[in-house]
Amino acid sequence: MLEIIDLHAEIDGKKILNGFSLTVKDGEVAAIMGPNGSGKSTLAYVVAGRAGYEVTGGDVRLNGKSLLDTGAHERAAAGFFLAFQYPLEIPGVTTMTFLKAAINAQRKQRGEAELSTPDFMKKVRAAAAKLGVRDEMLRRALNVGFSGGEKKRLEILQMVLLEPSFAILDETDSGLDIDALRIVGDGVNSLRSKDRGFLVITHYQRLLDHIVPDTVHVQSQGRIVKSGGPELAHELEKNGYRDYVAAAE
Amino acid sequence: MAAVQETVDKVKSIDVDAYKYGFVTDIESERSAKGLSEETVRFISAKKNEPAWLTEWRLDAYRRWTTMREPNWARVHYPKIEYQDLYYYAAPKSAAGPKSLDEVDPELLRTYEKLGIPLREREILAGVQGAGTRVAVDAVFDSVSVATTFKAELAKAGVIFCPISEAVHSHPELVQKYLGSVVPVTDNYFATLNSAVFSDGSFVYIPPGVRCPMELSTYFRINEQNTGQFERTLIIADKGSYVSYLEGCTAPKRDENQLHAAVVELVTLDDAEIKYSTVQNWYPGDSEGRGGIYNFVTKRGDCRGARSKISWTQVETGSAITWKYPSCILRGDESRGEFYSIAISNGHQQVDSGTKMLHLGRNTSSRIISKGISAGQSNNTYRGQVFAHRKASGARNFTNCDSLLIGNRCGAHTVPYVESRNSSAQFEHEATTSKISDDQLFYCMQRGLSAEEATALIVNGFVRDVLQQLPMEFAVEAQKLISVSLEGSVG
Repeated sequence: MLEIIDLHAEIDGKKILNGFSLTVKDGEVAAIMGPNGSGKSTLAYVVAGRAGYEVTGGDVRLNGKSLLDTGAHERAAAGFFLAFQYPLEIPGVTTMTFLKAAINAQRKQRGEAELSTPDFMKKVRAAAAKLGVRDEMLRRALNVGFSGGEKKRLEILQMVLLEPSFAILDETDSGLDIDALRIVGDGVNSLRSKDRGFLVITHYQRLLDHIVPDTVHVQSQGRIVKSGGPELAHELEKNGYRDYVAAAE
Repeated sequence: MAAVQETVDKVKSIDVDAYKYGFVTDIESERSAKGLSEETVRFISAKKNEPAWLTEWRLDAYRRWTTMREPNWARVHYPKIEYQDLYYYAAPKSAAGPKSLDEVDPELLRTYEKLGIPLREREILAGVQGAGTRVAVDAVFDSVSVATTFKAELAKAGVIFCPISEAVHSHPELVQKYLGSVVPVTDNYFATLNSAVFSDGSFVYIPPGVRCPMELSTYFRINEQNTGQFERTLIIADKGSYVSYLEGCTAPKRDENQLHAAVVELVTLDDAEIKYSTVQNWYPGDSEGRGGIYNFVTKRGDCRGARSKISWTQVETGSAITWKYPSCILRGDESRGEFYSIAISNGHQQVDSGTKMLHLGRNTSSRIISKGISAGQSNNTYRGQVFAHRKASGARNFTNCDSLLIGNRCGAHTVPYVESRNSSAQFEHEATTSKISDDQLFYCMQRGLSAEEATALIVNGFVRDVLQQLPMEFAVEAQKLISVSLEGSVG
């Protein structure tokens, strides 16, 4: 369960989050929608523990434990995953190497034994096949020269392998064609379970056709201004954010 | 605080403690009198029982050295070296010509054990050292070689691998023929100094058509205080032969700087190949820039025969100052030279390193891949020369120099000299400079890696092309070394 409680955060003295509150229970898929500049990506970064943001008030708790005093890598090991809007390229580091480093870094932090190479390979191959990630991609440098769709699929592959208890997907639909959108949607749906929560950040309804949310929230000016069920997304698709943005001001 | 800043601060906070090999071995030693004079040169020569020609050769070098001036064109800064305040010879007292390992001072054996260098053949054969890789080792401690392993087995193949001080006596014709034939006595200030006072080093001769049955390696260790180390290595690959050779170096932590001026000469005859790898991990000094080795080294290979090949691979993480340009003279037609380098500087380290590819023969080719990584307040310069003689028709060179910056107080510089006197030569030069970004670090950390682990992973990716050139077992070692030299807690 992810609890965000009256969260205030700024970067370079500029306030971005203004009393943001949201609870996403285990097994729940919540969607956040909102116009550009409403602080959606900032929310994802602050929860993930990106350096450079200053939290000036409130709390973020994962499964009851506050995350705020921990580093990004510790939050990852505690079971938090962020699928990036723009996944980064790491030249010279093969995808396979990166996956292994990530899995074992988390296991090490949790005091678990490293995964043996055969076990690791088996796990990766099985997950990759489901997501249509070719072997050749795993041998290439991470995200270098990958298409937008390939990068996003790889994000989902990482999520599948790291088995987080909570994941935020930050505009995972941007840059995806319809086929890729379906594959990504299937990947997320296959991970839905009663002890895992998701927060899906998106501009558009179309991703929510594939990943049907339990709750939909509108973010504006750094906080939630409206909450509802899946029907809220359809309404936004028709009428836009204008009314909610105006109400927030 | 930005993630990169954190890493930079962490890197900065690592001082001597990160240097694993900084211990001092307590062993009685014999030294020459302080300072450099004809007497010192004669003393060293007498210690080694050298023939008259070599004593004269040394004295000639010494006389010429006194007329030379220290070079100042490199992008490195250091206080004046007081050559008369140094010792030029130091030897563990008991190590005078041990016949077998049983006669070697156990303290010395322990030293090499601590350094992770296998000197006991039996244990290596029994697999005690793990992996079952067999590497013949020559261990040089201060000014003398203390042990050489697998000599008997190498001799069966006709390979000569021994301390150069021994080769002077056992193979004088080879030494006299090749010593100074690649790096002339008067080549440069430091090489001339080395010629006058060189103490020990390795000698390798691979007979025609022989592929050396195992990796050869020499481990250099400076132990004594105020003592310069001047080794001399000479490797000759006769027609159609092949050898892969690796050198490693460490030194204790000391507050004052120590001078290291080595000379390495390689000769390949027709169709021969030498692969020379270096993992240089001399003590780099502490976080304030105190102490560390001044590494002024002349390394040169002469592709004397047609279709011969010399390949230099270096991983440079140590030394306060590195001044070194392993070069290839491509004299034989269709000969090939290669230079693969990873140079990491951190703290206050200064690196001015690169290569020279001198194309003299026809259809010669060379390849240069250089990866410089600067962190802390260090400066890292690539300086390279590619030259084609007017008779070097069909000469080809490809150069790629990449620099990676970590933090914002370090510097990366690239100084290529390219000169072609033959219109058919094709020279290509590529260079990039990049920085580890906050975004990359955050991405890796979000997946569970700590800032140090993330930096090490990104750096290892950056140097991958070069690491692949190292013999496998050393590539692993080098990879660890890279992590250690950049981080405090990793490795």
